[in-house]
Amino acid sequence: MGKKHLENADMAKAISRVDGRAKVTGAAKYAAEVQLQDLTYAVLVGSTIAQGIITKIDTQKAEWAPGVIAVISHLNTPGVPEYKLQNQDVIQKQLRVFDDANIYYNGQPVAVVIADTLERAQYGASLVSVTYKKEQHVSNLEDNLSRAVVPKKAKADPRGFTSDFVRGKAGAYLDAEVQVVEEYIQPSEVHHPMELHSIIASWEGNDKLTLVDKTQGSQQTQASIAKSFQLKPENVKVVATYVGGAFGSALRVWPHEIVAILAAKKVQKPVKLVLSRGQMSYMVGYRPYTLQKVSLGASKDGKLVGISHESYGKTSMYEEFTENVLQMTRMMYDVPNIDTKYRIVPLNVSTPAPMRGPGEATGSFALECAMDELSYKLNMDPIALRLVNYAGQDPDKLLPWSSNYLKDCYRLGAEKIGWNNRKAEAGTVQEGEWKVGYGVATGTFGAFRSAATIKATYKADGTLLLQSAIADIGPGTGTAMTSIAAENLGIDPSLITFQLGNSSFPKAPMQGGSNSVATVGSAVVAACTNLKVELAKRAAKQKQEWNNAVPANIQLKGNELVNSDDTASKVKLVSLFTEGGLTELVIEGSAAQGDERNKYSFYSYSVHFIEAHVHELTGVVRIKNAVSVVDCGTIVSPKTARSQLMGGIVGGIGMALMEEAVIDDRTGRTINASFGDYHVPVNADIPQMEMLFVNEKDPYLNPMGSKGLGEVVIIGVAPAVANAVYNATGKRIRHLPITPDKLI
Amino acid sequence: MQYRKLKLEVAVHNFQYTRAKNAAGAIAELSKNPAAKLVAGGTNLIDLMKYGVMAPDRLVDINRLSYNAIQKESGVLSIGATVTNSVAAANEMVLQYQPLLSQAMLAGASPQLRNKATMGGNLLQRTRCPYFYDISEPCNKREPGTGCGALKGYNRMHAIFGASDACIAVNPSDMNVALVALDASVQVTGPKGKRNIPIAEFHRLPGKHPELDNTLDRREVITGLLIPDNAFSKHTTYLKVRDRASYAFALISVAVALEMEETTEGTTIKEVHLAMGGVAHKPWRLTAAEQLLKGKKATVENFKMAAELAMQGAKSYGHNDFKLKLAPNSIVQALKTASGIKA
Repeated sequence: MGKKHLENADMAKAISRVDGRAKVTGAAKYAAEVQLQDLTYAVLVGSTIAQGIITKIDTQKAEWAPGVIAVISHLNTPGVPEYKLQNQDVIQKQLRVFDDANIYYNGQPVAVVIADTLERAQYGASLVSVTYKKEQHVSNLEDNLSRAVVPKKAKADPRGFTSDFVRGKAGAYLDAEVQVVEEYIQPSEVHHPMELHSIIASWEGNDKLTLVDKTQGSQQTQASIAKSFQLKPENVKVVATYVGGAFGSALRVWPHEIVAILAAKKVQKPVKLVLSRGQMSYMVGYRPYTLQKVSLGASKDGKLVGISHESYGKTSMYEEFTENVLQMTRMMYDVPNIDTKYRIVPLNVSTPAPMRGPGEATGSFALECAMDELSYKLNMDPIALRLVNYAGQDPDKLLPWSSNYLKDCYRLGAEKIGWNNRKAEAGTVQEGEWKVGYGVATGTFGAFRSAATIKATYKADGTLLLQSAIADIGPGTGTAMTSIAAENLGIDPSLITFQLGNSSFPKAPMQGGSNSVATVGSAVVAACTNLKVELAKRAAKQKQEWNNAVPANIQLKGNELVNSDDTASKVKLVSLFTEGGLTELVIEGSAAQGDERNKYSFYSYSVHFIEAHVHELTGVVRIKNAVSVVDCGTIVSPKTARSQLMGGIVGGIGMALMEEAVIDDRTGRTINASFGDYHVPVNADIPQMEMLFVNEKDPYLNPMGSKGLGEVVIIGVAPAVANAVYNATGKRIRHLPITPDKLI
Repeated sequence: MQYRKLKLEVAVHNFQYTRAKNAAGAIAELSKNPAAKLVAGGTNLIDLMKYGVMAPDRLVDINRLSYNAIQKESGVLSIGATVTNSVAAANEMVLQYQPLLSQAMLAGASPQLRNKATMGGNLLQRTRCPYFYDISEPCNKREPGTGCGALKGYNRMHAIFGASDACIAVNPSDMNVALVALDASVQVTGPKGKRNIPIAEFHRLPGKHPELDNTLDRREVITGLLIPDNAFSKHTTYLKVRDRASYAFALISVAVALEMEETTEGTTIKEVHLAMGGVAHKPWRLTAAEQLLKGKKATVENFKMAAELAMQGAKSYGHNDFKLKLAPNSIVQALKTASGIKA
């Protein structure tokens, strides 16, 4: 039997990014690059206190400055109609920008200056003078644990991952022979996609709005904005053709987008608003600072007896942000007794946002480090420990897995990195000045699909246009969809164009939670199937045997329609357009979630292996080798999948070794709100990486056999690094990031 | 009840731009306009202007002054002030005679920045203290009399030597650390004529006037650097310990220049120059450690004693407590690398 899994060397033959050339040549225009007639420029002014009330805004100097058209604040805002509605969602209560004089966090937008050029708007903004009545603020999590609350969401969903939960007996770890009880801290991390958050808002009359916007969901932004401004959804058009990364920061409408729309209304011209890199730390969310307490209990043979896991995360004063930090703990291992407690702490900070591997990346750091600590206490190989506790079905939902190839992940990765070289005793391997260690950790993320529709336009010249509202924030959605359609129809990928990122295209979910391929890909398959049925119907007018053709056997080969069951029946494709004198066939295909979730539990899995070298005197950590193996079903687009995994490893290394948004609790301001000071990995930090995929079909989620990939790739990387550092040095760092100062 | 009025958003203020034809022209511009600033590569100044930290009325472009020569004459290597860091770092004479300087420059910034940054400009690189950069925060260096945000704030990157209550910022340059270890001097010209400033006297400690980074008269123009010949070229190291492998400022950096000698007693240190970065408002010369090592055997034991001596008088401020250990460790490591002695 030949190998089925994919590794680096298998990627060469896969198709490259369909928009790669446009992106590297600059032909792809991102939101901030779009130019419109009469465009004006808006620059936000942020608060410099963290809690209090604006007592005065002096805008006169700014208004007199050359080129300034308007200065807007709570004193003269045209207003957001939604803010006046009753019965609003108390959980997702967005910051009501310019609604009143209240300040909830340092950096909160308090005014905007609109001018005829960007530089004049920036200068104008520097002249706005705001006076505050300052009040006591709080921004430190550990100092304010007494303010922790159960999220309101938990009450609405008692089985949810934010509700207090007990399976079996609470605190059962206390009865176990071997115990690990530790605290772990994941600091706040800022998404910092390469592309700054940008929007161009343009009104047509009082009731029509066009937005060129950085968003992960053109239709979701459309719906949200339509609600905020009480417009008909069809009168709001959102275009996000290219998005230069987001990692979750563009999953919702933020205050700066509302401001751009208000500004465009006020000045009656299109308004462009681009956040500065500094403002990106204050206005578009972040992975929240989270303190976790994990207690594991196991018998001497490594079998887990009980897990207790608590999580305390930051949220803002005006909104409850929650994420599934504790999900992995409930389903990953076969444990009879589990209790979890999820709390959030309202502070004078802006609202967090889901960031790649939201919740699980944080949760897996604590759980998978604790598992590693347990392995040392047991004197047991960390992989063996995980295999002993392997869950044959979902212990949380009590459903069979739709597919689960975790054991293959462990095996393939261990072989590739040379796990045999790892010494069981920490701090015992030295190469010159460097201490050498190996670490492993597991990640998981739910596999989902939702509803989508594809519009397919098949032309007599053989080209196929596919359209969907889905965004592509970087994973290569257009490429994956092209691959799916090309394989399904049997046509050359170069004949296919996939258009996306436009609210007027057919229905699609947000690009988030790793469901784009599963959802939109299913709709592509449906559209292709419908196209084949339509072509067969037309072919049947020439050759009756086409009435019996099964779509799965129909292919568009060259210029002919071919049935693999009956190769003699082939007809010229162009002849199928003659009926009705058509030049093109327009077909739709839709797909939605079925009842599969009642029968199976759907998860993707990742296992990450790290070889870390730690300098004996300076504490500098160098990752020498990274091997990650992912079980995400059948790989639809190998090259872009590989890039996704590569990005996840890099992001995870950043999370482990350098990312940390530091707040000065005296002011609530972010100390490192720049790309110079907020560190993400540079090329020199990135090691040899091996990206492997088990590439075994999931039979139940979608017709392609795929499961989600984008999130699971980062989940588990940080604990794998922390575990490798421990194996190298004998030093257990439970507070990320693992910087040199913590290792000397 | 507390009222606060602060500067808010950052922006580049209007300024005039002029291009100096020669040094005299630049000096004249500086003499007649106290708020004028010279600009060469602009990698630091333009950044600071965008952050609203500096707002010069007038920029005097000195790129056409063309101090672009790198020469070796009578025992001195001279490098023109407008030579870029990347050109100097790759120059054959620099690599042959002063490899430490090249090593230090290549440890700094990114290739793109080094392509623009000049030798003269790098001498004047301002601190990366976050409180200096955030104009809503107090900073005695940016606005004398407002206080020091870092003293009781987030001071992980800050000084352990020579700081004052007014300022605990550090000089961020890598190049400067090497220049101090190499006993360079700075050639300047001004209204009173030319002078050479020894590098050790060029940068200053904050004292009560952290707004002054150096001893250059504000009407003077840097024209070049002079580095005297030495016998160090076989044993130099610039060790930079930082939070990521490139494009990060030093937590600690150590410049080591050694002259080794084989004697009957073994490998001994004939001459040694040591300087540290990331620890003070100026590049920090480790004179006492040098004296200890001079004439001694090159052993790790001696390196450790020298490192311990170098740390006398160090003071940390909380977040930078780790430097009290990282600094001596780094000194030992740099000496090991430069000498090739492992034990």
